[in-house]
Amino acid sequence: MKNSDNAKMRQQLPEERVKNFFEVALGLNEEEALKEAKRCLACKNPQCVLGCPVGVDIPAFIKLLAEGKRKEALEKIKEKNNLPAVCGRVCPQEDQCEALCVLAKKKFAINIGALERYAADLEMGQTFKPKAGPKTGIKVAIAGSGPAGLTTAADLAKMGYSVTLFESLNLPGGVLSYGIPEFRLPKKIVEREVDYIRSLGVEIKTDYLIGRTLTVKDLFGQGFKAIFLGLGAGLPQFLGIEGENLDRVYSANEFLTRLNLMKAYKFPEYATPLNIEGKVAVIGAGNVAFDCARWAMRLGKEVTLVYRRSESEMPARKDEIENAREEGLKFSLLTQPVKFISDEKGYVRAIECLKMKLGEPDASGRRRPVPVENSNFIIEANTVVVAIGQSPNPLLSKATPELKINPDGTIAVDEKLMTSIPGVFAGGDIITGADTVIKAMGAGKKAAKEIDQWLKKSR
Amino acid sequence: MFKILKKEELAKSVKRLEVEAPDIVKNASCGQFVVVIADEKGERIPLTLADWDKDKGTITLIFQEVGFSTKKLGSFNVGDNIAHILGPLGHPTQVKKAGEVICIGGGVGIAEVYPVARAFKKAGNKVVGIIGARSKDILILEKEMKETCDELEITTDDGSYGRKGFVTDILKERLKDKPALVYAIGPVAMMKAVSEATRGPAIKTVVSLNPILVDATGMCGSCRCRVAGKTVFGCVDGPDFDGHEVDFEELQKRLNLFTQQEKQAMGLNK
Repeated sequence: MKNSDNAKMRQQLPEERVKNFFEVALGLNEEEALKEAKRCLACKNPQCVLGCPVGVDIPAFIKLLAEGKRKEALEKIKEKNNLPAVCGRVCPQEDQCEALCVLAKKKFAINIGALERYAADLEMGQTFKPKAGPKTGIKVAIAGSGPAGLTTAADLAKMGYSVTLFESLNLPGGVLSYGIPEFRLPKKIVEREVDYIRSLGVEIKTDYLIGRTLTVKDLFGQGFKAIFLGLGAGLPQFLGIEGENLDRVYSANEFLTRLNLMKAYKFPEYATPLNIEGKVAVIGAGNVAFDCARWAMRLGKEVTLVYRRSESEMPARKDEIENAREEGLKFSLLTQPVKFISDEKGYVRAIECLKMKLGEPDASGRRRPVPVENSNFIIEANTVVVAIGQSPNPLLSKATPELKINPDGTIAVDEKLMTSIPGVFAGGDIITGADTVIKAMGAGKKAAKEIDQWLKKSR
Repeated sequence: MFKILKKEELAKSVKRLEVEAPDIVKNASCGQFVVVIADEKGERIPLTLADWDKDKGTITLIFQEVGFSTKKLGSFNVGDNIAHILGPLGHPTQVKKAGEVICIGGGVGIAEVYPVARAFKKAGNKVVGIIGARSKDILILEKEMKETCDELEITTDDGSYGRKGFVTDILKERLKDKPALVYAIGPVAMMKAVSEATRGPAIKTVVSLNPILVDATGMCGSCRCRVAGKTVFGCVDGPDFDGHEVDFEELQKRLNLFTQQEKQAMGLNK
């Protein structure tokens, strides 16, 4: 490594990692972390902090690392970020803090993500319990234990509120548990972060679907003074084309939930099965699509990623695209599926596709894909995963008619994140549509502050 | 954790469990279901609420031991804990006074039609029950259904009890009374046959679908069914649908998706 290089994290070799389920990135060792931390210029007006949705004091924690004070560095991060081991792994730092690092213009940005992860992983097997504020005795309920809900819960608990976090699935974590694969975010790490949230005094109740098990009204009836809805974008989008309900056509959510949450990769030790056969096609090119494709490769399959635009328009993180390519992913770009073709038993056997070309830019600024006439062709696929996006989960809004919804299905909130029901707040993907973990955490932080203000005012 | 308070074998391989679930009963209603995970390595399986007691805070689950997970659940005893139960899920059955309502249950579906029949009776309807099973030894809840329904008809495929034949044989005869509504729950083939029988005379028919599902909160789409030509999610849009609009063939095909894996799980856990 040259002196000017940033500390790139060591990774498992592609030919090895594609045969296991372990984390791809291996983290920095002490020597690498110290060296990287010492590259930080400690800018007077640090730009990196402006790029962080939760406002971590990046130069301060890096300085502590450079001084060899790893525990203090972690405490510094945790002043703002309740899930550093998660963020060090899945945040798109290249578009946020690292993009604004002054060194990015000259040579290489500081590898802030790797340093955050290094600091956070000190907690392997131990947690440092922070000081909570004096108890207010006021109860707050949180629906959804994903990044938004966990963050709101943690911040409110630190302020002294009695927080109960309700999760509909059997494990807490939301997308961190059901969505992001083991090889990018080990579930042990998620458990550890959740344990930290519990250590703040947050009570976590799994198997509670708010809107069904308990309604918003029930929660107020049980003495909760404010409610935060961090419900996420859990509704899978489908293409709406012929044959989409054939067997072995999965939504990304189903595919990932079976594997990540229910551990179908350990079937039959774990009872949840996954039927994956033959050639696999994954449709879409976001992080979720790549997660599905890389899972399928780890299950020994030949996988093709089918995307209607070209590589430069892919929404996934560049690193993940590169990782997947190294692992052997094939690409069929500028390709739009138009029909799933069935075998004689009702299983998908192929996808009829159209070739696309790029036209004028659309609302997202990316060039719009336009079909090439009469360009139909066939991709063989015995298993298909549709990973073209998720919409806000409509269950609670349907069960709660007083809750105002925007035309796109997101929950309407004011600038203080309060919904049309007084005392009910919302944040994360349920108000923005599908976005990143860290933005949901940013919303969670803001929600905690607003809930605190509102409770103080209405007392 | 959900503690088992009572266990009973209703028929060969059909078990009834009464389980402590104080927060699930609060909003429970007929036609709804729960998702059960037997132990921490278990899968999520849907079971219709067969009964519940709001005062005692208990729910009753009735199931036939047909696969790995139902067998596992059936091996649990009084005092044991079920790892996870989520519910109540799905829309409650729409119950109102309509006149004569025919409630049909096939096999273990009798357990599921029982609370529906009770609700229709309570709403002031004349309730005719038709229940069927393969043979006498797996016919369940005859007594409960008899107490609930104004009239009860019974069929067995092999003629070992009641009338020999299928529930639809009796249904077809009863259609001349022009019932206001037919409600059916049971095997896909039965619900399909019921819906076909009522299509001609145009009698409103509601069926409760049982697709494979995972989360049951509208998140995975595993339970997607085709109803009136559109894809719906059985878990959150159902489980009750208009029987005349359901694509039963697609439902049956989708139910076969894990047959191979089920065999593997059973084989390894003999």
